[in-house]
Amino acid sequence: MIPELGSFSLILALCLSVILGSLPVIGAQTGNLLWMSLARPLTAGIFVFLGIALAILIFAFMTDDFSVQFVAQHSNTMLPDRYKFTAAWGGHEGSFLVWTFMLGGWMLAVAIFSKSMPIDFIARVLGVLGILCTAYILFMLATSNPFDRIVPLPPADGADLNSALQDIGFIIHPPTLYMGYVGFSVVFAFAIAALLSGRLDAAWARWSRPWANVAWAILTLGIALGSWWAYYELGWGGWWAWDPVENPPLITWLFGTALLHSLAVTEKRGVFKSWTVMLAILAFAGSLLGTFITRSGLLTSVHAFASDPDRGIFILGILGLAIGGSLLLFALRAPLMKSEASFGGNSREIFLLINNVLLVVSAASVFLGTLFPMIYQALTDDLISIGPPYFNAVFVPLMILLVLFLGIGPLSRWKRTSSAYLVAQLGKVAAVSLALGVVLPLVVLLEFSLAATITVALATWILLAIVKDGGNRIANKSSVSKGLRSLPLSYYGMQTAHFGVAVLLVGAALTSYFSSERSVLLVPGQSTQLGGYDFTLQGTEAVSGPNYIGDQAEITVARNGETVKVLFPEKRVYLASGSPSTEMAIDAGFLRDLFVTLGEKRGEQGWTMTIYVKPFVRWVWLAAILMAVGSSVSALDKRYRRLRKPTLDTEQVPGHAVSGKLRTAS
Amino acid sequence: MKAHRRKKLGIIVFIAVGLCAAVGLTLFALSQNIDLFFTPTQVAAGEVDSGQRVRIGGMVKEGSVSSAEDSLLVQFVTTDYVNDVPVRFQGILPDLFREGQGVVVEGSISDAGVFQASRVLAKHDENYMSPEVKAALDAAGASAENHSISPET
Repeated sequence: MIPELGSFSLILALCLSVILGSLPVIGAQTGNLLWMSLARPLTAGIFVFLGIALAILIFAFMTDDFSVQFVAQHSNTMLPDRYKFTAAWGGHEGSFLVWTFMLGGWMLAVAIFSKSMPIDFIARVLGVLGILCTAYILFMLATSNPFDRIVPLPPADGADLNSALQDIGFIIHPPTLYMGYVGFSVVFAFAIAALLSGRLDAAWARWSRPWANVAWAILTLGIALGSWWAYYELGWGGWWAWDPVENPPLITWLFGTALLHSLAVTEKRGVFKSWTVMLAILAFAGSLLGTFITRSGLLTSVHAFASDPDRGIFILGILGLAIGGSLLLFALRAPLMKSEASFGGNSREIFLLINNVLLVVSAASVFLGTLFPMIYQALTDDLISIGPPYFNAVFVPLMILLVLFLGIGPLSRWKRTSSAYLVAQLGKVAAVSLALGVVLPLVVLLEFSLAATITVALATWILLAIVKDGGNRIANKSSVSKGLRSLPLSYYGMQTAHFGVAVLLVGAALTSYFSSERSVLLVPGQSTQLGGYDFTLQGTEAVSGPNYIGDQAEITVARNGETVKVLFPEKRVYLASGSPSTEMAIDAGFLRDLFVTLGEKRGEQGWTMTIYVKPFVRWVWLAAILMAVGSSVSALDKRYRRLRKPTLDTEQVPGHAVSGKLRTAS
Repeated sequence: MKAHRRKKLGIIVFIAVGLCAAVGLTLFALSQNIDLFFTPTQVAAGEVDSGQRVRIGGMVKEGSVSSAEDSLLVQFVTTDYVNDVPVRFQGILPDLFREGQGVVVEGSISDAGVFQASRVLAKHDENYMSPEVKAALDAAGASAENHSISPET
């Protein structure tokens, strides 16, 4: 009975979404205030019913209700409670419910934190999100209802959650990633609402920016968590594998990054409007593409859910309608997107445009590499795969260019910057970066390495440019601390995120070039050497957990005869499914990670294992945290908060008065 | 030409040049990095030149896996139930590698007809069969269900 309430709750949410997707939007077009004001309560209702549905699914997991097919497939009586609680996103149906619930959460947040926006605008934003919500819930009810029952004979016990998923990474990565992904729907809805109303002005850009910042920050964290989890759980020995399902979040992230920068120009200068709208549509399309690729099973990847062609076609339909519809609207409204200002050769606008072009081109190249096997198969009937070398060959040069311009952009001025000014500002910075890039690797490595030189030079370039720019901005203040206090939060946010890029660069490049790994067969007492460390297998012993049994090896790691760390990698077999799972042992460090994955038993006492030494790998995730923090801090800037106080004319004369006032305020 | 026209043209030329460079670079990189996929039957028919880097997909033949006592060497047979390809691999097999389950191996075939794998991929989700393995079985006319490789549930 209770699972049926879940389905019922979904149907109610669907009904409310249909109303939200129609009445407030029509009301906004015809000026019907009553219909417009329905948007907020309807949104709250949708959130509540989606929440009830999710709660019921979790309840079914906690109470081991194996008559529900989804629960029977993804849980087991022996499964620890923390995984029962989160197994809702352990498979396609449940994870889509979580995805839709996240959309509901974002919608509620928009409804709450939009008091200062004109009612017609908010009605359109929520209306667009309502249409999206309708499509998602319809998809769920039609092809993948998580509450479907097994009738007449439910199994006595469940098939268990995939053993590779039973980990802390599974608890935090999917919800974070979904939240980030779905957040771009909000920015998309803002863009569509602006197109519908025909009011593409600085106010629209300013309203969008905090949402774009927060969504981007969460997506960044979500991707980083996925990378961190894959690193220690899957034992690929790397932090990024260019897997077909890792790529769509990256594509969305790249579009999102371009969007953040483009929004800045639109807000400050009133230009790049059409471009900004296009990027909002593309970022959203990237998020739908991710769903499509994961859930259609068209590409071979670690993430692919058990697939069903109907689902693929349904999602492709949503994708086509959403993208086609928004592009059509975009084309119809194109005349509205006139620039309000002009700009010259070396202006900051130009540098941000270069940033955008580079980001979009890199997103496109990742997109091409991800979908190329599918296109190739359709054209020639041959199956192919595209490996990491392609992505590295295309992506790395683009990122190097991007970093070069990252140093220049913040120092350049709006409208027009003279080349002489830029040279005066950055000449020394460039010289020092180059010198350090050549010298530092020579001193540390005692040999010339082009990769290390480029890495150090670029990282120094970013750092010194940040320092220089900060110095410029406080130069005319009476003291440094007073100067630092006078800078707005959004400036700190930007520079923190840019600093994150430097950290990412160092981490990514150094771990790619200087990691070492070795697969060996060791018997107790035997040791092997890698990267200056001695790894000795001391022995193995049997271990057991709530739902698994396994072997644990004891490996001592020594450097110059002194023990650094004892590692305990495990090989487990999960009882319900019989599937094996490897638990890496990692000694994480700021400058290097040591890690061991256990293979299998050979002979009497021997074990195969792979040993890795990975310098600077932590910096990759540290960088993601810096970027996320930077982006969130920017969203807290007081110029966005000031807007939240409703004033008389924002309530009465939607839009026009507000935008005029804002422009003077900036 | 008026100034703003010239500026617009400049931007368009800039974007066009950037796009061309990117497309050229991309296509070059793509052409260098394609791994073609073959089925065991295609391998048996001699479609794969020795030394060429390819992927082969199929099932791990029951009872065919053997590993050396004193080295990392693993040998098994991948099959589409019509033809077999023997595989040698130096390394550690993924967790989900199992007899009777789908597998994709990456590497090249030696003159003796043995496949030297540099990478072995097995699926993350047991209920899921990769399109490559499925294609191999379909091509060989072997129905997946007959060989108990479909979902265990």
